[in-house]
Amino acid sequence: MAERELSKSPGITLSPNGMRSDALLQVQDLRMHFPIRKGFLRRVVNHVKAVDGVNLFIRPGETLGLVGESGCGKTTTGRCIIRAYEPTSGNILYRRNDEQIVDLAPMGKQDLKYYHREIRMIFQDPYSSLNPRMPVIDLVGEPMKVNKLARGQELEDRVAFLLRRVGMRPEYMRRYPHAFSGGERQRLGIARSLALDPRLVICDEAVSALDVSVRAQILNLLEDLQQEFHLTYLFIAHDLSVVEYICDRVAVMYVGKLVELTTTDELFAQPQHPYTEALLSAVPQPDPRFRARKQRIVLEGDVPDPANPPSGCYFHPRCRYSDGSLCANEEPALRETIPGHFVACHHAEKLSLRGVAVRDIAV
Amino acid sequence: MAGETLLELKNLKTQFFTDDGVVRAVDGVSFEMKRGETLCVVGESGCGKSVTARSILQIVDYPGRVVEGQILFHRQRQEEGKSEVNEIIDLAALDPRSRAIRDVRGKDISMIFQEPMTSLSPIHTIGDQIIEAIRLHLPVSKEEAEARAVELLRRVGIPRPGDRLNAYTFQLSGGMRQRAMIAMSLSCNPSLLIADEPTTALDVTTQAQILDLMRELKDEFGMSIMLITHDLGVVAEMADDVVVMYLGTVAEKGDVDSIFHDPKHPYTQALLRSIPKLGLRAQGIRLDSIRGMVPDPYNRPGGCPYHTRCDDFMPGLCDKITPPPIEMGEERLVRCLLYGDQKAMADQTQQTVKVR
Repeated sequence: MAERELSKSPGITLSPNGMRSDALLQVQDLRMHFPIRKGFLRRVVNHVKAVDGVNLFIRPGETLGLVGESGCGKTTTGRCIIRAYEPTSGNILYRRNDEQIVDLAPMGKQDLKYYHREIRMIFQDPYSSLNPRMPVIDLVGEPMKVNKLARGQELEDRVAFLLRRVGMRPEYMRRYPHAFSGGERQRLGIARSLALDPRLVICDEAVSALDVSVRAQILNLLEDLQQEFHLTYLFIAHDLSVVEYICDRVAVMYVGKLVELTTTDELFAQPQHPYTEALLSAVPQPDPRFRARKQRIVLEGDVPDPANPPSGCYFHPRCRYSDGSLCANEEPALRETIPGHFVACHHAEKLSLRGVAVRDIAV
Repeated sequence: MAGETLLELKNLKTQFFTDDGVVRAVDGVSFEMKRGETLCVVGESGCGKSVTARSILQIVDYPGRVVEGQILFHRQRQEEGKSEVNEIIDLAALDPRSRAIRDVRGKDISMIFQEPMTSLSPIHTIGDQIIEAIRLHLPVSKEEAEARAVELLRRVGIPRPGDRLNAYTFQLSGGMRQRAMIAMSLSCNPSLLIADEPTTALDVTTQAQILDLMRELKDEFGMSIMLITHDLGVVAEMADDVVVMYLGTVAEKGDVDSIFHDPKHPYTQALLRSIPKLGLRAQGIRLDSIRGMVPDPYNRPGGCPYHTRCDDFMPGLCDKITPPPIEMGEERLVRCLLYGDQKAMADQTQQTVKVR
């Protein structure tokens, strides 16, 4: 984020490489383009711009939600941050415990090892993310073994401790994943991600595959663990009601770009990007009284192909506020309209958009 | 027409005979559907909601089959020269491979599924599949069927329907595929559309489009919709009546407002408390979760199936007696011992204990 815009947030200073003083992790203009190859020579004919200029920052101890529809690049962003992918361009600035700031984006494998301990991931599908041939003790203990942090009895004690923390019985240590239900497997995945005392945990749709009653258990568990271990979460999800419940701030993505970033309360009450407005209005509310009151904004058409995105603002062909000229020709930059509220829309200040009136529905 | 009974399920039992034992997937489900209404069947995975829907059309996968109960379908038929004829057929009694049930499938009752990619054929064009469905049930020529297919595709909001007739499923987006699936299900003017998690695989904005479309079509075609879902948000938006299922039984049934604002069954209450509602966090309210998990289908608890997780569990009652359906006002049903004549039930258990 440019320095000029930062003047709106009092008390925030920038490091020489542009990192905010209140951020644990800051992503700057991150791009991840996957080549499309064709023909005998496998020539690159085009790129899928899965992530195309994402700017965001995460404060220590907070939960930042990253939402958007399928194919918008939220998972790719998460994978870039843990450096499962090598980003095409951009910076991933990370503040170490000793206040030193490092850029993870260009880092080599050897150097990354240390950061892979501090940044961990929880995956969506608890069925495919655990090796079926490993007993629980190996699954949860593996990261500690690989990093030579514990072995033997010590390892076993540590695994037992972690299992207890995620609400499972240590006696199950010798069992294999098939013996557990979906919710329990997700607990195992969480225990595994906590094995190395991480600082930042990326939850990639961590509760999307779970049933309602189990989902509530896991959400509560994630909150408890955050308190206990002082964790910071990047919570990638598509379910806005879950995001509203667990996140402090929310970032909204559309076709590889970040369109809005602000506190949860503000995003739901006063969105400033037309896409956020449409997204909020599409969420079905679990209250039949709401049915009559709500006017839904139905978006026309489909999400554009990230290999051939539209010109200008990527949302303009579906936007009901598009002016047809500026919106179609010029790409809006992410800017801070009011302190702490970042929007990428030319007309953000002029629009008064409809949020979800939280007070109306609260029972 | 509205208000008439369309479908009655009476003590339906569908079981799967596996090597490890019998799974009682649907265990005595009874409910009724009216013409023109939207009924939502809601529950967690494994509660038998999909199997109930599949039992109606007799398309339960092997090794499952309907073992008991009745599925009475009130069919209206236009016969040549006569006025409408009403007949009642018991779908449960029909052979799954018989002509009679094939005549109902896709014509009077059609179904759409969660993942259109797996339920549409990948090697036939959309047009061929819709035309086949039309020609199977209606005496029309190929040209007429084609014209109708184009009209249907246009009606469900597929742009350039004429061209899309020749498209394969993989050429369409998820939302478009689901639209094509809906077009196909509407091809013979069904009186009942069963939608099994039709929007679960879709994004919220696409989901909003599809739900809107279904609501419009319901009025236009005068059909009833049975919507199977786990998403209480979708239920609140679509349902007239709601059936809450747990472990193959109906826990509670009622109209949508009473289910959401005056839930009676402890399971319904807990389910509603465990979904994040907007504004909960601002008030500092923590989500309530239901402890434990859905029991193993091979190892169903005795008595009330929910008693192992219930906060209102009454020892000696809930684990012994299977709660009977208790009527709570009009069209309202609860299966929970909290509401019946507890004393009578307690006496009953006392007696059984004495006998032992």
